[in-house]
This record gives sequence, structure tokens and C-alpha cells, in this order.
Amino acid sequence: MGRYLLKRLWHTVYVVVGISIISFFFIHLSGDPVMLMLPGDASMAEVETLRQQLGFNDPLYVQYWRFASHAVRGDLGSSLYHRVPAIDLIFERLPASLELAGAAMLIALVVSIPLGIVSAVKRGSLLDMTSMLGALFGLSMPHFWLGIMLILLFSVTLGWLPTSGRGTLAQLVMPSIALGLSLMAMFARLTRSVMLEVLSQDYVRTARAKGLREKIVIGKHALKNALIPLVTVAGMQFGFLIGGTVIIETVFAWPGVGRLVVQAIFSRDYPLVQATVLVLAVIFVVVNLLVDLIYLYLDPQISYLEQK
Amino acid sequence: MSRPVATTERFRHLRASLRLWGETLRALARSPGAVVGGLLFALIVACSLCFEVFYAKDPLAQELMARLTPPFWQEGGSLAYPLGTDNLGRDVLVRILYGSRVSLMVGFASVLVACGSGIVLGLISGYYGGRADNVIMRVADVFMAYPFMLLTISIIAVLGNSIFNLILVLGLSDWVTYARTIRGSVLSIKEKEFVLAARSVGTRNRVILLRHVFPNVLSPILVLGTVRVANIIIWESGLSFLGMGVPPPMPTWGRMLAEGRVYITDAWWLVTLPGLAIMLTILSINLLGDGLRDALDPRLRNIPR
Repeated sequence: MGRYLLKRLWHTVYVVVGISIISFFFIHLSGDPVMLMLPGDASMAEVETLRQQLGFNDPLYVQYWRFASHAVRGDLGSSLYHRVPAIDLIFERLPASLELAGAAMLIALVVSIPLGIVSAVKRGSLLDMTSMLGALFGLSMPHFWLGIMLILLFSVTLGWLPTSGRGTLAQLVMPSIALGLSLMAMFARLTRSVMLEVLSQDYVRTARAKGLREKIVIGKHALKNALIPLVTVAGMQFGFLIGGTVIIETVFAWPGVGRLVVQAIFSRDYPLVQATVLVLAVIFVVVNLLVDLIYLYLDPQISYLEQK
Repeated sequence: MSRPVATTERFRHLRASLRLWGETLRALARSPGAVVGGLLFALIVACSLCFEVFYAKDPLAQELMARLTPPFWQEGGSLAYPLGTDNLGRDVLVRILYGSRVSLMVGFASVLVACGSGIVLGLISGYYGGRADNVIMRVADVFMAYPFMLLTISIIAVLGNSIFNLILVLGLSDWVTYARTIRGSVLSIKEKEFVLAARSVGTRNRVILLRHVFPNVLSPILVLGTVRVANIIIWESGLSFLGMGVPPPMPTWGRMLAEGRVYITDAWWLVTLPGLAIMLTILSINLLGDGLRDALDPRLRNIPR
């Protein structure tokens, strides 16, 4: 268990370092930030002075080292556009994005798991077929288009829900459904196929044979084992949610990190883009680490195998 | 002396894999979902390739007098513009058809890039092992952890948007899945007798990789590629929607949605129809992909989904 944790932590560290290297070099490919910081009529001497001051004349690895050592201390540079530390901007917007992603994940899990279980238990029934067909459609819909369709139906035509903004529960409904539906579809399909596999296992037959009620067989014996792959996939899909928020926040004018990064890209605010990408990627890696820890709890075999 | 052993072994395997492909096709033909998906997809591809034959219109031609004309079945619509026009009076149908060409091209080209780089790295990683494997897999871990959408967005932000950059970026962001899948398959295949036999007679590694190992890892790649084409098309439309996809004026489904969004209260067709086109395309690919997966994975063949 201890060794597994150590290995996992090491994995997290080098992944974060790798991500920081990639985003550092991509931003460096983008050209000279000094030109963006100075007014257009600045003289060559002024450009050269500022470049010297900011250390852009140093070798790349020195610059990376400086960036990394600042980053470790929580200093990710300043936004060229807003003229404030990037990290402040990000943390100001982060709660909104996490709220959206969390709501989407919650909706997806709450609907999909029962649906998947019932579909597996009543395999071939009308409910099974409709829900799997629905899941197929859900998987095939781009979430931003679903968002627009929801706006068209519930805001423009029916006038029930507000089209944009954040603050009330009514404003959270459409963005989180738009973001969560394809996940819901994916989880429902996964739950169903995993449950089908688990239900054909010997221990389930044994549980049934010794006269346990079906509710306990499914809820306790089968579900706990079916949860393992589900937790993994749900954790991995967090990255999808982060990417998804970028577009959904634009559709619904949701004041989160996704919209911040899109705006930063259009105003060529590279330090902010770089900082946002790094922060989101670190969050993603940490979530994956947490998922692995949950995994460890759900499946004692893993730590056992690691020890051997 | 032992060369014939390696050769017959290899032929036996090739014959077996040919038989498997035959069975796969038959299994595909038996699955109604795959047949529907396949036919729909073939229709979409055919339309995108040669729509000019039956609907020769310029997707960029503006007819300001006819701006925001609804589809023909609605009042005010006309058969001159079967699916209506947009805010500049451009024909929606021809723009959707043209958009399908862009989406499918970007989708397939990106998957080829991803597949190509993933195959090479996966083969090397799985076959040679050791340090190469270690380095490739650690880099793969990093790419795996980098949220895909952010990766593509940040690269596009730097490189600028062109159709070439888009294909490159979407392709290179997606190599990891292929590399990992192929590595896994190679690890099991390289211990098989026909590979050991080839190696024992001194066949060069490159030849073993290309002629003995590679043909045997094709089926997982095919399944994966199908699923990824669908994903890439969705991502491409998303990037276009954000204004980071194929640059204007080329019509793409994503940009049509972004442009139409402004007119959502007056022109429902502008925000509905391009999305419907995306959905039908993805649906057809998903149906085909599901069928292919079931057909190629004998373990799943007997379990009804």
C-alpha cells in the first residue's frame, strides 16, 4: 500500500512537470511577448531593455527554471491584458467552473447508474432498449449544440429558463444538463455492460442460491464490483468536463475559467493561457490521484498485487 | 533451414486473420445497428464527396434579398432554398453539405495522423521495451493527463488556425490512445511462436515488426479509429464554434452554429440543422463502431448488448 502510494505520487509529480514543460514551450513558440507588452511605436532600444529586464535573452532552460521555480511558489506570472497576477484571476473564476462541472457529473451519475442497473437486470425489455437508444443519441450530440437546443426550447420558445449568467439554480440547469448528457449516456452504457458481466459471475449465483433477496444481490454484491470501472472512467472523464466547460461556458456566458481562457486566447494574453492550462491540468492530475485512492479502497486486490 | 517454419507459421496466422475478417464482416452484416449506421455513413460520405452533381451551388454566394428565408416547408420558404438561408442570404443546405466535407476530411486526416504516430510509437514501445518503452510511456502519461481540449486550444492559439494546423494538432493530441492500445497488443504477440521463429532465423527487427507483428494488431486499431473519428469531428466542430477551427470563409458546421446563434430568436433552422448534421454523422459512426467492436471481440459476441 505504501509503495503503491509512493509510486502514484511520483507519477503525479513527473506528469505535472511534463505538463509544465509542454505548456512552457508552446507559449514560447508563440513569439515575443515583449512586442505585445509595449506600445507599437516603441524603439528597438526599449524592446531590448525590457527583454533584458524580463530575462527573455537567457537560454530557454534558464527561463523554464525561473518559470517553474516561480510556479512552485504560486506565482504564474501576470495577465498582459488584466495586469493582475494570473493566479488571482483563475482562482476568482474557478468556483464557477467547478460548480458547473460538479453539477454535470452529479446529474450524469444520478441518472445513469440506476438506468444502467435496471437496463442490465431487465435486459431486452422496452426500458432497456429505449434507454440504450437514448444513450446512443446522447453520445452523438455535441454538447454545445445540445446547449443551444436547450436555449431554443426552454428560453426562446417556452421562456422558462434564463439563457445565461450564474447565480441562481435556474441558471445552472441548462449548462449542467448540456455538459452532463453525453457523460450520462456513456456511464449508462458502461454501468449496463459491467453489470451484465458481474451478474454472470459465480459469486452472484452463489448469493442467489443461498436465498438472498434480489435487492441485496444486486445492490451489495454486484454493484460494489461494478463500481470499480465506473469510478475509473468517471475520474478520467473529468478531463472531458474541463474541456467541455470551455465551450459550454461560452454558450451560456458562464463566468468560469473556460471562458477566461477563451478570452485570453483571443486577446493573445499568453501568460494567462499558460497559467490556466497549467492550473486546470494540475487539478485534473490531482483528481486522477484521488480516483486511484478511491479505487484502492474499492478494490483491495490492487494493493495486494502491488505488494507481491 | 528453419525459415519455412517461420513462414508457414506466419501464413497460418495470416489465414486465421483473414478468416477473422470474413467472420467480422458477416457479424457486422447480422447486426441491424451496424447495417443502419454503415448505410447512413456511406450516404453521408457520398453526399459530401459529390454533392455538386445534384446540388451545384456556391456555399459563399450571398443573396441579401433572400436573407433569413426559412426552410421550404415553412411559410415564406421556397424550394430555391430547401433548408433556408442565413443572415447573409447564403444557402444553408449547400453550406451543410460543404461542411460535411470539411468535417469528414479533418476527422479522417487527424485520425490518420494520430493513428500513424501512435502505431509507430506503440510498436517501438511494445516490441523493443527497455528505455525506449519507458520514455514513450512516460511522455504518454503526460499527454494523457493534459486535458485534450485545452491542449488543442493552447496549440491552436499559438500556431494560428489553418486546416493544416488543425489536423496536425488534433492528430498529435490523440496519439496516446493508439500507442497504448498497440503496445498492449504487441506485448502479447511478440511472445508468439511465429515471432520467436522469425527472430531465431535472424530476421531483422524492422521486418518482424512490419510483416509479422503489425498485421496482427490491426483489429483493435480499427475499432479505436472508428470511435476516435467521431470524437475528433465533435472536437473540430467545437473548435470551429469557438472560432479556432478551420478559418473563414470556408463553411464548417461549428462556425455555422456560432454564426446562427445570434439569430436564434428569428431563425431556428440556423442553429438546428448544422447540429443535426453533426449528430447524424456521429450517430452513424457510433453505430458502425459499436457493431465493429462486437464483431471483432468474440468475447462480446454472445452477450446481447
